[in-house]
Amino acid sequence: MSIQVLVFYLFGTILTLSALSVITVRNPVYAALFLVLAFFSSAAIWMLLEVEFLAITLVLVYVGAVMVLFLFVVMMLDVNLSRLREGFARYLPVGILVALVMAGELLLVIWTKGAEKLPLPPGNPEGFSNTTYLGERLYTEYLFPFEIAAVILLVAIVAAITLTHRGRSEGGRYQDPARQVQVTRDERVRIVSMPAVKDKENGA
Amino acid sequence: MLADYFPILVFLGISVALGAILVVVGSVLGPKRPGDDKMSPYECGFEAFEDARMKFDVRYYLVAILFIIFDLEIAFLFPWAVVLESIGWTGFWAMMVFLGILVVGFIYEWKKGALEW
Repeated sequence: MSIQVLVFYLFGTILTLSALSVITVRNPVYAALFLVLAFFSSAAIWMLLEVEFLAITLVLVYVGAVMVLFLFVVMMLDVNLSRLREGFARYLPVGILVALVMAGELLLVIWTKGAEKLPLPPGNPEGFSNTTYLGERLYTEYLFPFEIAAVILLVAIVAAITLTHRGRSEGGRYQDPARQVQVTRDERVRIVSMPAVKDKENGA
Repeated sequence: MLADYFPILVFLGISVALGAILVVVGSVLGPKRPGDDKMSPYECGFEAFEDARMKFDVRYYLVAILFIIFDLEIAFLFPWAVVLESIGWTGFWAMMVFLGILVVGFIYEWKKGALEW
């Protein structure tokens, strides 16, 4: 048990520090990378709760996919650091309001459900598989929410395409692989017959 | 179960320690003779003329977000494949409907030309 507590505090510390760094570092790319570290540490903490599938999915989906998207957005935005810091005072009241609301919600959760009311979940029996448990519930009891997830993903596909897809620009140059592989020799090579010329200088 | 993951913890510890040691050894033992030319950004032999942060085409974003959606789809397939024998035909067809809905999206993006470069 002691080593588990030790590991929990280790990853909890890393998680808290990296989460703090996300909002304090100046460079948004570093902030995104600290968010990756935060996701990794929370995956380790989930692993301590014996939810292996969810922990690995957290790394797979958030670190592997969502963070790639974040980095894309950070790089696409043409980040100008001095311009980002403008308007700090203007947005400060709204920021403080949001921070207060979130802090209040956190305190409410901690007060109404104190640490003694949220005991450590009992350890799983030997041979228990989180993945199996999840699968047996998800595709039988929670079948309808599962299908709704598919519809939400479909909406995400349609929304992403509608928002960002502009089609090919008119007259732009692009590759057409079908035409590339159908090219024949006659279209590309022209044999020009020329009279042979003797090299007079060298007398060859 | 957690004992199974102890080697991964050891692996994490060793990799962090090794990474730190290599950086520290490099910075302590390596010679440091900086010069103007060494410290300046290098861009294929000519003078740097642009900031590294430039606007990307928004199409990269589209490819990334489409990747995320199908990545999530794969994540749903894992537990399904593990328990396929015990959830029976209901579970099987549930996944087929799930995949069917996403195939509609796939056909949409294909026909719309979102996968063309």
